[in-house]
Amino acid sequence: MNGSRILLESLKKEGVEVIFGYPGGQVLPIFDALYDFDVKFILTRHEQGAAHAADGYARATGKVGVCLATSGPGATNLVTGIANAYMDSIPMVAITGQVGTHLIGNDAFQEADVTGITRPITKHNFLVKDVKDLAHIIREAFYIASSGRPGPVLIDIPVDVQRAEAEFSWPEKIDIRSYQPTYFGHPGQIKKAARLISGAKKPIIYAGGGIITSGAHNLLKELAEKIQAPVTMTFMGLGGFPGDHKLSLGMLGMHGTAYANHATMESDLIIAIGARFDDRVTGRLDTFAPDAKVIHIDIDPSSISKNIRVDIPIVGDAKNIIEKLLEEIKKIPDTSDWLKTIDSWKKKYPLTYKKSGKLLKPQYILEELWDLTKGDAIICTEVGQSQMWACQWYKYITPRTFISSGGLGTMGFGFPAAMGAKLAIPEKEVFNIAGDGSIQMNIQELATCVANKINVKVLIFNNGFLGMVRQWQELFYKKRYSYTPITSPDFVKLAESYGAVGIRVKNEADVRKALEKAIKTENTVFVEFLIEPEENVWPMVPAGQAINKMIKGLA
Amino acid sequence: MRHTISVLVENKFGVLARIAGLFSARGYNISSLAVSETLDPTISYMTIVVEAQDEKILEQINKQLNKLIDVITVTDFTKKECIDRELVLAKIVYTPKDKQKLEAIFNKYVGKIIYHKGDIAIIEAVGNQQQIKMLLEELNKFGIKELVKTGKLAISN
Repeated sequence: MNGSRILLESLKKEGVEVIFGYPGGQVLPIFDALYDFDVKFILTRHEQGAAHAADGYARATGKVGVCLATSGPGATNLVTGIANAYMDSIPMVAITGQVGTHLIGNDAFQEADVTGITRPITKHNFLVKDVKDLAHIIREAFYIASSGRPGPVLIDIPVDVQRAEAEFSWPEKIDIRSYQPTYFGHPGQIKKAARLISGAKKPIIYAGGGIITSGAHNLLKELAEKIQAPVTMTFMGLGGFPGDHKLSLGMLGMHGTAYANHATMESDLIIAIGARFDDRVTGRLDTFAPDAKVIHIDIDPSSISKNIRVDIPIVGDAKNIIEKLLEEIKKIPDTSDWLKTIDSWKKKYPLTYKKSGKLLKPQYILEELWDLTKGDAIICTEVGQSQMWACQWYKYITPRTFISSGGLGTMGFGFPAAMGAKLAIPEKEVFNIAGDGSIQMNIQELATCVANKINVKVLIFNNGFLGMVRQWQELFYKKRYSYTPITSPDFVKLAESYGAVGIRVKNEADVRKALEKAIKTENTVFVEFLIEPEENVWPMVPAGQAINKMIKGLA
Repeated sequence: MRHTISVLVENKFGVLARIAGLFSARGYNISSLAVSETLDPTISYMTIVVEAQDEKILEQINKQLNKLIDVITVTDFTKKECIDRELVLAKIVYTPKDKQKLEAIFNKYVGKIIYHKGDIAIIEAVGNQQQIKMLLEELNKFGIKELVKTGKLAISN
């Protein structure tokens, strides 16, 4: 069979159910093979949409997301989506067409050095020069993407390789001598960690995306309950521990809860699991948690001691390590005083907002959404204020119910990602929390949603601003709103013109009704909420400050 | 501080670019780089010399090197003993009357004339970096017209 067919047969062997992509000149043989191949193909309206949709699919399921684009511009349009998946450790395989092998390096039409461009934003990438290597490379690509610390892998396939004939032989076993991820933590280190935990008075568990990747959420809950330690989550960790649990402190960091930040700063032991002490979490490094010893559990050795000095590093898979740790902890620390202090912080510094009467508050909309769904929905977001409100005002109970661009902070991610998530889990209600700025960055995917009956519910918080940048301009640039006021189309008419449904909401009284209508409607729905234009996200730690030096941390 | 790092890698296209990228992305210049196939032709050995302004960043680079799929092992010789050598080819101005002076130099350092024509000779010399530095100072008295170095090669002992 030819290379294109080998590609599709290989994807089938990997259990791929859906491919997001866009055709073009240098992938014609692949599309010809797709024409009568038994796999779902979703034609997006932009390659960036395909990459984010594959990413959203991967986040919702834990499976590898697959996207496909042509050479040159098709491939470069995937780049943001690949970088986004890389920053958040999302398993993804991106397949790109390439000009014929004899033309590579010739500035041929629609040629770009895609393996070169994506080298620093992929976990690994391949240029296939011989059709005989193709099946093996695809096997390796899926293995690399989904094992260890996951990430995107790109396979660049020249058009002549897609056409070339070879026998299809699928390698059942895979062993890459130079790539051997560590899954089991060092027993001695785990013992030491257990002793440290037993002796702690003010421990805190700081849980990141690794909990979700590793499927360690149940064990994390067991650990927290056993040692009676509060749990704060990173942005990527939301859903890894029930947000309504009494030991949950919600998210920490720049827009974290005041009590999560205070608890982190005052703790005497930080148990970091699958988190990387990102600058949005630690704030000023030299003042971060001065009295805390740090246990750092992570599958990626390069995440350990990168920003924070770690006392007990444990490299391995979170699930395996927590399991062993639970066995090793013999003495339960007495944290009753610590939990009392934390309760007093929760009472003293709750998340709060002021209702102004006339204009809609975004927090209120999210409270209503929570009340209506109680966590039984997938919440995707764009990037900016709407995203941060979605972190603060909705509670995530189970893993993979919060899908958002963390590390890269990609505006335009939420809508196509929601599309991917809805396609993966059609029985769940999928919302995209958007701003009027972000939604316009990949709004073309409305056509994809409608054409494929992917019924995503998009809640647009329209404040007429690029809100988060405006907030920084208000606070740090003397309210000089340089190019942050932004106009939008009539979202209701726009949705209708695509064959979707549009609803506009101006009053609090209509919020509930609109959300209920959106849920009931069997179509993609845009609900535009006209919100308070200059509402801010509080609390906030200014960049480079200690995380307990919050603006409006106090109600 | 100067670091000598050896990296054992898969002998494939693109590997060098991946490795170089980790340094260049952080604005680090590679002072010298020597790459060659090992006894196993599927594996290459690299000796990289880099000037690190920040040890923490270098530690990060080392970890990132280890993370590259095509990298088999990484050794930082600042933390481990090694024997290192560099090979130099130097084109110098030479007349037969300089022979004795040159031989005196070669008694002190490992070197020899490997080519001679007219008033030009090519010297081959091997040594550690200090020896090479001193040798070049001596040779400079004759006038070095051209110089190439392999960069440092290091092997653990």
